[in-house]
Amino acid sequence: MDGAAPRTEVRRLSRGARVARVVLIGVSIAFLGLLLAAPLGAVLAQALAKGWQVYLESFADPDTRAAIRLTLLTAAIVVPINTVFGICASWAIAKFEFKGKSLLITLIDLPFAVSPVIAGLIFVLLFGAQGWFGPWLQERDVQVIFAVPGIVLATLFITFPYVARELIPLMQQQGSDEEEAAITLGASAWITFLRVTLPKIRWGLLYGIILCNARAMGEFGAVSVVSGHIRGLTTTMPLHVEILYNEYNFVAAFAVASLLALLAILTLVLKSLVEWRAGGGGA
Amino acid sequence: MAGGFRKPSVLPGFGLTLGFTTFFLSALVLLPLAALVLKATALTWSEFVAVLLDERAVASYRLTFGAAFLAAFVNAVFGFVVAWSLVRYDFPGRRLVDAFIDLPFALPTAVSGIALATVFSPSGWLGQKLALAGVQVAYTWVGVVVALILIGLPFVVRSVQPALVEVQRELEDAAETLGARPWQVFQRIILPAVLPALLTGFTLAFARGIGEYGSVVFISGNLPMKTEITPLLIVIKLEQYDYNGAAALGFIMLVMSFVMLFAINLVQTWGRRRQVASGR
Repeated sequence: MDGAAPRTEVRRLSRGARVARVVLIGVSIAFLGLLLAAPLGAVLAQALAKGWQVYLESFADPDTRAAIRLTLLTAAIVVPINTVFGICASWAIAKFEFKGKSLLITLIDLPFAVSPVIAGLIFVLLFGAQGWFGPWLQERDVQVIFAVPGIVLATLFITFPYVARELIPLMQQQGSDEEEAAITLGASAWITFLRVTLPKIRWGLLYGIILCNARAMGEFGAVSVVSGHIRGLTTTMPLHVEILYNEYNFVAAFAVASLLALLAILTLVLKSLVEWRAGGGGA
Repeated sequence: MAGGFRKPSVLPGFGLTLGFTTFFLSALVLLPLAALVLKATALTWSEFVAVLLDERAVASYRLTFGAAFLAAFVNAVFGFVVAWSLVRYDFPGRRLVDAFIDLPFALPTAVSGIALATVFSPSGWLGQKLALAGVQVAYTWVGVVVALILIGLPFVVRSVQPALVEVQRELEDAAETLGARPWQVFQRIILPAVLPALLTGFTLAFARGIGEYGSVVFISGNLPMKTEITPLLIVIKLEQYDYNGAAALGFIMLVMSFVMLFAINLVQTWGRRRQVASGR
């Protein structure tokens, strides 16, 4: 083989490369099929195991409806708050130079590094019956843990970094020349943000909001710790899935799970669309 | 603002945005985490050690760290193959597969948990076939590993993809022209170039795996001493109103998170330095 002419050498290699191509793509598809597609298919198959009628009926259950409502409510509170926070944080970090900036960025990412169970635990330790503020809250008849406020707090913590971490690198890369020009020409701060900055960051912002929303609606571990699992009152959709599943009510469990899976697919579609729209824009 | 703290700028809003950022960060993240540390340190040293070295706790560390490590390793191998296929080859449906990689980020963990438990249960679609081969996945430590592979996959693929794009193809071509075997090209040119990214992905997947709860508890069976992960042990302690025990275990997991965060930073700094050193 060593004596072969360069041309056959190239052809031999390319044949080897062709085999490698088929094998590697095959391995990838098989791996992703087993790991991602099979479970996703199982959710739909189990949800529809007894037909459409039974599938649709499972959404008539008042507890299921309450769970859907609570999930929507939580996301409606959490996503706007963390969006405002993300914009503020990225403005301060990307537009100004100050000491301790890299520490601040690390701290903002902290909730990503912490186990969801820890995220729930810290709020139980603060606001639970035996927690620091527990007795004080009890006197005033305010319940945080095993109630909706606890669920909102835990979800806020978990989804805290999403918008900020999309916007910070984007705004750092874009620089602040245009904003400086607008301010120098007499535009107010608010107008500068709305007319100059917002159009530049809108796709990155949307991207962060989509991811934040998906996590807010789907969070399980943190919410599970603070919720108390009171049916119809403090169960979000993922928690309701767990209750139904543990009761061997598989069709109903997978029916609710299929809604969440649909949300995940929708999130991926939107994410791809935003990436495509932002393509070239740097986001 | 005091001189020296920040560089002057004509842009407005520094005080307001930084003030709100630090206030919200402190109130929501830093103070609650500090409360956990204080609660854990309120225990006496012997109580603290007793909780940490409890037989059941030690078994849970072994499972949590072992499974997370194994899953991250599997992801490093297969995640690299997937990233390679997506970057280097064009095949029908490539963009769809690429978008699909992020599914574990978007899919609620409880959903992936019950889905995996169903697919891999002894009567399940894949579990049945594996049972014939004598392998039981659901309700064993293998199930924990499978769940953590699912959760960690996008971390590796998304870390390696951009690094693979950056690999200079001319170097590979040159090496091939000079007679290098495909394996040598991989070992000498491609692997060194993507190693920092691969390590970053591995560490991110490992770190995520340690803390994972939702996708694991459905498939693991949660048998004490056997298939009980540390986050579950914290939940059990909370359910028994053993706040101190939960805080002690939570504290250890928090310390581990910081260690992992530090490791990720080290890997990334090392990668950047290598890149600078190699003139890219």
